[in-house]
Amino acid sequence: MIDVSHLTKMYGPFRAVDDISFHVEKGGVVGFLGPNGAGKTTTIRILTCYHPATAGAASIGGFDVFRQSMEVRRRIGYLPESTPLYPEMRVREYLHFRGKLRGMALPERQAAIKRVTDRCWLGEFVDRPIGQLSKGMKQRVGLADAIMHDPEVLILDEPTIGLDPTQIRETRSLIRELGERHTVLLSSHILHEVEHTCSRTIIIAGGRIVASGSPQELRDRLRAQARVVTELRGPRDEVERTVRGLPGVQKVQVDSVDGWHRLAVEAAPESDIREDIFRLTTSKGWSLREIRRDEATLEDFFVQVTRQQQERKSE
Amino acid sequence: MQNITTMVRRELGAYFLSPIAYAVNAIFLFSCGLAFGLGTFRTGAEASLRGLCEFWMLLILCFVLPMLTMRLMSEELRSGTIETLLTAPISEIEVVLGKFFGALGFYLILLATLLLYPVLLATFGAVDVKLLICNYLGLFLVGALYIAAGLFFSTLTRHQVIAVLLSFALLALMTFAFHALSTLFDAGLAKVVLQQLSIRTHFQDFVRGMLDLNHLVFFVSLTVFFLFLSVKLLEMRRWK
Repeated sequence: MIDVSHLTKMYGPFRAVDDISFHVEKGGVVGFLGPNGAGKTTTIRILTCYHPATAGAASIGGFDVFRQSMEVRRRIGYLPESTPLYPEMRVREYLHFRGKLRGMALPERQAAIKRVTDRCWLGEFVDRPIGQLSKGMKQRVGLADAIMHDPEVLILDEPTIGLDPTQIRETRSLIRELGERHTVLLSSHILHEVEHTCSRTIIIAGGRIVASGSPQELRDRLRAQARVVTELRGPRDEVERTVRGLPGVQKVQVDSVDGWHRLAVEAAPESDIREDIFRLTTSKGWSLREIRRDEATLEDFFVQVTRQQQERKSE
Repeated sequence: MQNITTMVRRELGAYFLSPIAYAVNAIFLFSCGLAFGLGTFRTGAEASLRGLCEFWMLLILCFVLPMLTMRLMSEELRSGTIETLLTAPISEIEVVLGKFFGALGFYLILLATLLLYPVLLATFGAVDVKLLICNYLGLFLVGALYIAAGLFFSTLTRHQVIAVLLSFALLALMTFAFHALSTLFDAGLAKVVLQQLSIRTHFQDFVRGMLDLNHLVFFVSLTVFFLFLSVKLLEMRRWK
């Protein structure tokens, strides 16, 4: 549904987006994750035909965003980051205006407005001036506008920013529902959000894609390099030597406090050395008071890949 | 075409919903009323709007119209609504024309309220209808040009105050300064150039009741030129 190949965008000498390529299948919610200033909004603005790319190509539903811009714009619903709206208009007027721009006839618009205001919980606010609404309500108006023409692709830039926790939960569940009918591309710098709403995540940092996959896949990739942390008592040299000698062990770090040694063991991917360590301690007669595997979170992964990216950039 | 009417309706609606438009409207009617009441509506004066149009209307429009046009694009640029607008299926030309005709529509409403003056004059003397129509045509053309120039400056910046000041400056220069400068020369190329560039010089024949294709071409082409610049400026913003 969304095809991006070798997309680059320069702002003067600054590379905001640097040769990124990805592909999004029809249906589902895809998370576009990255720290602030990673190039998310720039990529989204290229996809929504707001900015032209410096190099590379992008297409939505088979239409090129630069050459067939009008076709693309008819097929997308877009909620920009700051949710810009006209404060003097009433919600209904605004939605009529937006519907007319998309070439919807009056009965079609009326039905669509009924549908989207119900869906976005705007029912009682539909005849209020937009300027009087709270930030959360404005966000819903923007969302209602983005889905009113039933677009094939929905592009939401930081849709939950500035909302209170209840509104965030409501918005997320709405986005999940929308993912059943539309292809949704959701940008966010909040991991938690992507982890809970998206079926697939693309992580972007420093203008490049650093990883992509389902949240589960990303977590598995990290677990492959998981560490085992253990605390045991015994002669330090022997402990370190024998643990290092266990099959598959690559790196051991020892910290000793009050006769207890805290070992951080990194083993080969897909191996589990917890049982080996237990057997070792019982056969040697050492005491063992803790053994656990460091559970990988998407957050660790995110921090890790973005740090790597920054290091590579500064080199 | 449908997009243009959609834009025109939104812009007209925005005028009637904003307090600034009412304030501008009040200033316009008050100053026109002052100029008409003190200058034209006297015993012994001729029953026409010539005196009013000669100088005062140009001065008033020079100040009032930039105040109406300053928000057209600047507000969209500042609040970011330009992003939702330009990612909807509407072209830059349609946006610019929609905003231009929206402001022009509001101006025509202002002009229509001034029809009270000839009605008042007609109760005391014979009004030359043809002259009146010619005056109105002149006012319409000048207004369209001022609005197009104001729209251009509004597209230039996201600050409404800058837009309004630049519009004042250019319109005052083209309307009054060129005209005044041209009177300094007795003849020669400089005088001709200054006269041809001066809005007031071109407008004077409309006030006198003369229709000249030269003036019509001047106003229409300059209006189209400013609209063209606005479209290009808006397209250019995308590439930044």
